[in-house]
Amino acid sequence: MVEYRADVLVGCEHGEHPDLVGALKAEIERRNLGAEINVVETGCRGFCAMGPILLIEPEGIIYCAVKAADIPEVVEETLVKGRVVERLAYQEPVTHQRICHYEDIPFYHKQMRLVLRNCGMVDPRSIEEYIASGGYSALEKVLTTMTPDEVIQAITVSGLRGRGGAGFPTGRKWSSTKHAHGECRYIVANGDEGDPGAFMDRSMMEGDPYAILEGMTIGAYAIENVREGYIYVRDEYPLAVENLRLAIERATEMGLLGDHILGSDFSFHIKIVRGAGAFVCGESSALMQSLEGSVGEPRPKHVHATESGLWGQPTALNNVETWANVPLIINMGAGEYAKIGTTNSKGTKAFCLVGKVRHTGLIEVPMGMTLREIVYDIGGGPQEGREIKAIQTGGPSGGCIPSHLLDLPVDYESLAEVGSMMGSGGMIVMDDTNCMVDVARYFLDFLKDESCGKCTPCREGIKRMLDILTKIVTGNGEMSDLDKLERIARTVQRASLCALGKTSPNPVLSTLRYYRDEYEAHILQKRCPAGVCRDLITYNILEAKCTGCGRCLRNCPRKAITGERRKLHVIDQALCIKCGICKENCVFDAIEVS
Amino acid sequence: MSKLKNVGDLQALREKLQGQISRRKATNTTITVGMGTCGIAAGAREVMHAILEELQRRDIQAHVTTVGCIGMCSREPLVDIQQGDEDRVTYGNVSPNMVPRLIEEHVVNSRVIDEWVIGRVSGQGG
Repeated sequence: MVEYRADVLVGCEHGEHPDLVGALKAEIERRNLGAEINVVETGCRGFCAMGPILLIEPEGIIYCAVKAADIPEVVEETLVKGRVVERLAYQEPVTHQRICHYEDIPFYHKQMRLVLRNCGMVDPRSIEEYIASGGYSALEKVLTTMTPDEVIQAITVSGLRGRGGAGFPTGRKWSSTKHAHGECRYIVANGDEGDPGAFMDRSMMEGDPYAILEGMTIGAYAIENVREGYIYVRDEYPLAVENLRLAIERATEMGLLGDHILGSDFSFHIKIVRGAGAFVCGESSALMQSLEGSVGEPRPKHVHATESGLWGQPTALNNVETWANVPLIINMGAGEYAKIGTTNSKGTKAFCLVGKVRHTGLIEVPMGMTLREIVYDIGGGPQEGREIKAIQTGGPSGGCIPSHLLDLPVDYESLAEVGSMMGSGGMIVMDDTNCMVDVARYFLDFLKDESCGKCTPCREGIKRMLDILTKIVTGNGEMSDLDKLERIARTVQRASLCALGKTSPNPVLSTLRYYRDEYEAHILQKRCPAGVCRDLITYNILEAKCTGCGRCLRNCPRKAITGERRKLHVIDQALCIKCGICKENCVFDAIEVS
Repeated sequence: MSKLKNVGDLQALREKLQGQISRRKATNTTITVGMGTCGIAAGAREVMHAILEELQRRDIQAHVTTVGCIGMCSREPLVDIQQGDEDRVTYGNVSPNMVPRLIEEHVVNSRVIDEWVIGRVSGQGG
């Protein structure tokens, strides 16, 4: 083993400058520092808005938006001379102060990174780093000091609920699986994340795969008579599949998975099954169908999966985040874990904070934190000059929460009460440039393609709701459409077979509930207040502000703008496709949407 | 790596591996080496390598960091050692053969080697 003096953690492989690691290694080699400095490729650190990110330990210096060209300076200044490269440090948007230690950045210090503790801090491909940071101590504790029933008891006491969104108590699920009759039992990890804008599960599978394996192994021990477990991952996540596969291989080699785990009588195997990316396969019964090799369609749930799931055997299916919570609960103790969060929602939740906030990224907060704290303190609030209008949680199955409810605590019940849901953890922030009717239309358009078509209410209902919304956003809506929309929504909600259908009207119902005025503006005044719906807006150049610089003219893809240099330019409405490129390019703010 | 046959193997391995990520965990000791041009010219890099080797040989958890020139170029290489809330102690003209004694007396036994000390900063304030 080599003793290094510094670790450079590189968190982002994606992004504009993929070869940071190569550049870093080459520069370190060139300066003959290879024996002193260790370059570690880690998973996502979550601060996606500022990526690619470098973290230099032991100093804890964080650099944002690093390019390969910055590497020589970083090595020279920080790694050789121990000075901070100020220009790469995080800049506070309001005070413009530079912050160079990552614990001091508001984005991080308001968070409680328990499940994500290893993401971005250890090399996900190294079982050694996982073990060194305390990994597999929960399995060790379980195998040496706890009976299977005691493990289930601990999970029950901890108050852990399903992180896939529905929030079913995990301890109860495990216990029902254990007490159901069958030849054997199965456990499954659901990594078929499909919500637009959500990537919690991917980050966990990529950044800390061993935690998921350890959680599943503990689950298999607790439920008993489980010889096999499956991780269902969508094939669009190649790095997650690769890291999980490597993790399974290494854990099996080390005797932490497979036959006779750590020399005991307990054996458990894990296989990866790749899904083809159908959204409905995130639904548990459809997922199991797909796992068996059938078409991924849900089935009625009068018999629970815990009684008859995969191949007709009792099955405990949990989201990957739920599994990743298990080692944490065992290590902390159920009582300690239950102190985090609210009365009915315990522990933490990972969210993908995306949309119209300054600091988009992957965050983890204790249950019960208010939306305001999440959006303003961690997310840094709206972009300059904008105002937050709504927060959409739960993906296409969730709803929009208006800004006057920002002080709502985030837990399963509070979100459901206002017409949204916890969901798997997507959190999309919308500001005054988002049209809520268009948002509802967008989600229905997504769901129309993803409905499997097995049951009529979902297949036809979504389509009809989408037709009505399309009619409204193109300026052909009538007031009676709103009642019709609501009636169809209620039917789809009640009569659909699975959760995809049952929750699909949520975006419509929640926007109708909170933003009826926007619907009415579209219908009565044929006006889109946010200036989004193309059929209802026109772009005009303001005479008072136009300098005739010609920028809009040059950038217009349809050549719809005419005008002489230094004279007022004009948009030909017949040619204009309302793409908004002229407005984006105008430096004089001379283009108005009405 | 070979298969872990029991829980004891896992514990032993974890203990052995802990040093590998110690730079990402808090330790009680920070050793700072002056690595400005003046320091490097005076042999700071060799001193730092000697420190890293000695820490590894004795299996000691400590952070080793580098800083630029502090201005006292004539006394380079400079090495600062700070433990917990104790004073940050600066040693001057450190050579690799002084390193084992520095580690032994100051880091392990928390006994400052007064004859080599050229400065101190209060641990509470600094």
